Amino acid sequence: MSDTDPNAARRARLSTLAKAPADRLKALWSAHSPEPPAHQVLRAPEIGTVMVRGRAGAVGASFNLGEMTVTRCSVRLASGTVGHGHVQGRDREAARAAALIDALAEDGQGAALEAAILSPLRAEDAARKAGRAARAAATKVEFFTMVRGD
Amino acid sequence: MYVAVKGGERAIDNAHAWLAEERRGDLGVAELSIAQIREQLALAVNRVMAEGSLYDPDLAALAIKQARGDLIEAVFLIRAYRTTLPRFGASHPVDTAAMACDRRISATFKDLPGGQILGPTFDYTHRLLDFALAAEGLAPEAAPQAEASGGAVPHVTGFLAREDLIQPDPDGPATPRDLTREPLDFPADRPLRLQALTRGDEGFVLSMAYSTQRGYGKNHPFVGELRIGTVPVEMDIPELGFSIDIGEVVLTECETVNQFTGSKSEPPQFTRGYGLVFGQTERKAISMALVDRALRWEELGEDNSGAPAQDVEFVLYHADNVQATGFLEHIKLPHYVDFQSELELIRRLRAEAMQATRKEAAE
Repeated sequence: MSDTDPNAARRARLSTLAKAPADRLKALWSAHSPEPPAHQVLRAPEIGTVMVRGRAGAVGASFNLGEMTVTRCSVRLASGTVGHGHVQGRDREAARAAALIDALAEDGQGAALEAAILSPLRAEDAARKAGRAARAAATKVEFFTMVRGD
Repeated sequence: MYVAVKGGERAIDNAHAWLAEERRGDLGVAELSIAQIREQLALAVNRVMAEGSLYDPDLAALAIKQARGDLIEAVFLIRAYRTTLPRFGASHPVDTAAMACDRRISATFKDLPGGQILGPTFDYTHRLLDFALAAEGLAPEAAPQAEASGGAVPHVTGFLAREDLIQPDPDGPATPRDLTREPLDFPADRPLRLQALTRGDEGFVLSMAYSTQRGYGKNHPFVGELRIGTVPVEMDIPELGFSIDIGEVVLTECETVNQFTGSKSEPPQFTRGYGLVFGQTERKAISMALVDRALRWEELGEDNSGAPAQDVEFVLYHADNVQATGFLEHIKLPHYVDFQSELELIRRLRAEAMQATRKEAAE
């Protein structure tokens, strides 16, 4: 992702929403927006899969590793702005929330949504990852060489 | 041949009702929740996701509950469910070099950038039953934490590749063949073999790998690296015109470094075996890498010693436990007409044989 990527902000937003735990996403969304904004559903929440690929030897030919569940949804606000939501897993309401958040952010409410939803989600994710990384670091082997006394 | 047999509906309904009761077990014992299975039987969940070819821990946990802990039955349930879902597309190949590693060890280099990280492993446990776990309600002590360097954890094979000491892994077709969309067909290229192995039965792939270690298609593997951790999954979204991270998966990756190949024109190089499996599935990933390497004998110009693990049709046709179970268990279904003809045949043969004996005795 380069700094000049015009889609960088939206891509980061949608990636955060896709990876967020569905319950947290829904809780933050309903706290921020108890009454969802008027919208038209362009694509009702739909559960499907994405084939995850890997590479032979991590760098070579790609191969099909297996699928993962994904739920997607698209909405249009009264203003005409369209939002697309994709979330990992099978939570339809989370996908709808992601689509609405995307649409509202495209509609100029990005800063408020960043503060209320995206920033907390990112912070929680960073904390989870830091917790695992710290536990992993504690299991790092510190080798020492035995000096043989002659 | 089996023919449709009518009747037995009530018996079947009652059998299923009893199954539901047996599944629940003693009502005096608390019922298992999906979340409990997902959190506390995570390695079973991982195995069902890997062999079911569907990454969804909650679904795998549900399947395990429904199957009463029969993991192959659970894999079957997941495979059946998967077929009901539309596929939105395929991801970019995951970048395992960027993995947030819970575990990362190398058997080939002691000191390596990123270090040896043991992670939550069974290794070095004494395999003594821990009766403390039988006493419920005890929270484990918090695991110690240390400052994470945050530095890169590069692949070990990358060091060897830099010196040209290991064979490169060339790129392949942008769209790899897909076992779940087309029938298994030979010759099977490496991407297809890797797909079959990663969803193959853990026991089968383990035994095949073990057979290579014991001399049936020996390929002298070192575990160059084993890593377990989380990677983002990136996919292009057509309606957006760019890619996003669509989720995250935990993977286990094993790269083996195997003995040389070389020729008059090319100096010797190490060769590679590769395993990549959903979830924390270490035994499976190592097994996959060994079998992958054994199946590469032809492209590496090695002799076929006639070992089972070198026989691509044997391995790929028998690795899938849902197919194997289906064919194996179908023989318990009614074969009444088949068997009637066998009965008639054996009665006739016996009658003929006895008549001949009597005739001989009379002469």
